[in-house]
Amino acid sequence: MALPSKTLSAACRQFSLLCRRFVGTTAVRSVHFSYVPDTPDPKHGSTTRMNLFQSITSALDVCLGKDPTAVIFGEDVAFGGVFRCTVGLRDKYGEARVFNSPLSEQGIVAFGIGMAIAGSTAIAEIQFADYIFPAFDQLRNEAAMFRYRTGNQFDCGRLTVRAPCMAVGHGALYHSQSVEAFFGHCPGLKVVIPRGPIQAKGLLLSCIRDENPCIFFEPKILYRAAIEEVPTGDYELPLSKASVLLEGSDVTLIGWGTQVHVLREVAAMAQDKLNVSCELIDLCTILPWDKDTVLASAAKTGRVLISHEAPVTMGFGAELAATIQSECFLNLEAPIERVCGYDTPFPHVFEPFYMPDKWRCLEAVKRLVNF
Amino acid sequence: MLTLVRSSTARSSRSWILGIQQGCNYATEATFETKPFKLHRLENGPPTTVKITREEALQYYKDMQVIRRMETTAANLYKSKIIRGFCHLYSGQEAVAVGMEHAITKEDGVITAYRAHGWSYMRGVPVLGVLAELTGGRSGCAKGKGGSMHMYCKNFYGGNGIVGAQVPLGAGVALAMKYQGKKNVCLALYGDGAANQGQLFEAYNMAKLWDLPCIFVCENNGYGMGTSAARSSANTDYYTRGDSIPGIWIDAMDVLAVKSATEFSKQFVLKNGPILLEAATYRYHGHSMSDPGTSYRTREEVQEVRQNRDPIGLFKSRIISSALVTEDDLKPYAPGGMNRKKSFDHKWQLTAKNKKADACFLLVIQKIDNDIRQEVEEAAEKAKVDPELPLEDLYSDIYSQPPPNFVVRGSDPTVMVSVR
Ligand SMILES: Cc1ncc(C[n+]2csc(CCOP(=O)(O)OP(=O)(O)O)c2C)c(N)n1
Ligand SMILES: [Mg+2]
Repeated sequence: MALPSKTLSAACRQFSLLCRRFVGTTAVRSVHFSYVPDTPDPKHGSTTRMNLFQSITSALDVCLGKDPTAVIFGEDVAFGGVFRCTVGLRDKYGEARVFNSPLSEQGIVAFGIGMAIAGSTAIAEIQFADYIFPAFDQLRNEAAMFRYRTGNQFDCGRLTVRAPCMAVGHGALYHSQSVEAFFGHCPGLKVVIPRGPIQAKGLLLSCIRDENPCIFFEPKILYRAAIEEVPTGDYELPLSKASVLLEGSDVTLIGWGTQVHVLREVAAMAQDKLNVSCELIDLCTILPWDKDTVLASAAKTGRVLISHEAPVTMGFGAELAATIQSECFLNLEAPIERVCGYDTPFPHVFEPFYMPDKWRCLEAVKRLVNF
Repeated sequence: MLTLVRSSTARSSRSWILGIQQGCNYATEATFETKPFKLHRLENGPPTTVKITREEALQYYKDMQVIRRMETTAANLYKSKIIRGFCHLYSGQEAVAVGMEHAITKEDGVITAYRAHGWSYMRGVPVLGVLAELTGGRSGCAKGKGGSMHMYCKNFYGGNGIVGAQVPLGAGVALAMKYQGKKNVCLALYGDGAANQGQLFEAYNMAKLWDLPCIFVCENNGYGMGTSAARSSANTDYYTRGDSIPGIWIDAMDVLAVKSATEFSKQFVLKNGPILLEAATYRYHGHSMSDPGTSYRTREEVQEVRQNRDPIGLFKSRIISSALVTEDDLKPYAPGGMNRKKSFDHKWQLTAKNKKADACFLLVIQKIDNDIRQEVEEAAEKAKVDPELPLEDLYSDIYSQPPPNFVVRGSDPTVMVSVR
């Protein structure tokens, strides 16, 4: 077989893998990015320090407090859920409103759809995005199409499905997947992924109140790693609106969830090492996505790098790239780059190699500017 | 209850116990009463009287101990961060895998979920194959590519991370066996939590419709993660949940009850189609290593089971008492018309006379325990330094016979690789 050429970055990763194995007892494994907190918008009122799971709890708390039809259910959510996102809510709002469901993803989502079409606000938790597929049929064939097929007599817009997603450093095949692209193919659904606590709370409240069924994927590595001053009250952030986190002139970097933070480091490295100015965009909403922000940036810089953890083939980056090339063809200075997961299952020990890390992204930036 | 059927004064010359037993007399075979079964849509259940030989008894004991020791070792490796990720231990449930494996053959199929370490060992994966899979080494039974939830060997189909998905697969394996005219069965195992997944009911129906040689086994350890069986299931009599499929409830802390029910079931399903076993058991650890396992149950509850219902402890005291007694021992107390049962009962009043055999047998057990400790420790040391597969194996095992010039696509031209 042809071997991958040993780039420096691959060598570095190989080394870190070895370190993990042989210094395993003492090495403290850190996340593969450094987290830069967002600053809260003063108009959203007073704040307190929260990590991402606490900001989710806060959003759910606000929702349950204001909307008497709202209920939360899923596997183990009554005890707080495996990632502690619903801690305390059963005690505060009672067993009738925050309850455990049996182990049945299809049942969880389907019951949620049923509740939503009959007028309840249904907030369902799927324990890991990897386990959403038993419910895929319900999401794709029921939730997404209900409004359309009934000529708008019924809809399940009051349904929100939350699920932790993306890599966590050691999750292997079934605790690491990024599944957003599967749902990107389902008109009628909204798909949202926050990059940190402030965003998570505002976007989740928007999803819950949005009149369309929403899937909210929470990057699980950020639950504890991301800490911000989060507004304690009720606020919403707009769906289908991307954030421009850094303004730049040479290259547009586009990501969502955890990858936004990797790309932020790439932007800094590109500035330092290559004197290249990067514009960083967090797409925030995968479906329907914010074309205006993305296309304006692509037209400005003429060079685009899209990066996600999901496999490259048919990842959501493919849709962005196709749209950018057709809308900004004459502005482009180089072929659009995608730095993504490989077309393999999410690997066990090889996770550090699979990840679209900052080194691979930086190489792509070099290719963009040297084209 | 124990009945001595045959005792022997033969001084065993079995060298594998290294002569420790010299001077001791053992029963070579004993009959035990199992804990009672509960039946669903069955007139007659499995025999509750089980006869086992001394070798069998020691083998079951050893198998359960290896699993227990292996899991304790895995827990320690996890705590020292040599094993990472998700790791689900089988401690407490050993009698299920051990009792079942000894009732089937290696040509029968088994499929289970992610709590698979004990089953992997019983199906033939060596301890190193389990531990190295956990550390991600190439000596792992899936070459380190699967990790904790994914272990496999011949006729052992794993090792499944998606709760419930393995059950219809197991029914499919049984269908293949039937279609191929084999006289084999497939055991499809799942938990009390998994029992509520819709696809199980689809599998029950198809298995019954086509009379497949499938033994569905619900390992009811009381909890699915933090949710107790009563909170998740409208009907917690899992052995009745196959509706028209007959079922048996087993006290699965009793390895002999498990074995008896499985032997019965194998014969049953080959003639009559599927059966559903509920193996009532308990897990000592949390759901996985990241769950301390104390927020949804009391420490006392766990302690109570460890003390009074531990499958290894129970079995150990049974075999010790069965081996205690020899005809010689009993002779002075069994004059004339006294039957053996009675004379056996007398034994409980005796201490002095029996002490010697008891002590000898304990030595045998201790020797087994020491050997196991050493075996598992050696495997753990190897697993710790077992190298990973080379990097190109990130890209292998995705397709067989890929199209010409097929490459696994990354996003970076330097890592476009062709596959083996
Ligand atoms: C489809 C799916 N949903 C959820 C999970 C997460 N999960 C893993 S194990 C488990 C509990 C299973 O409990 P049970 O079937 O009783 O098996 P036990 O862990 O007790 O052996 C859950 C919810 C999963 N792996 N797959
Ligand atoms: Mg269970």
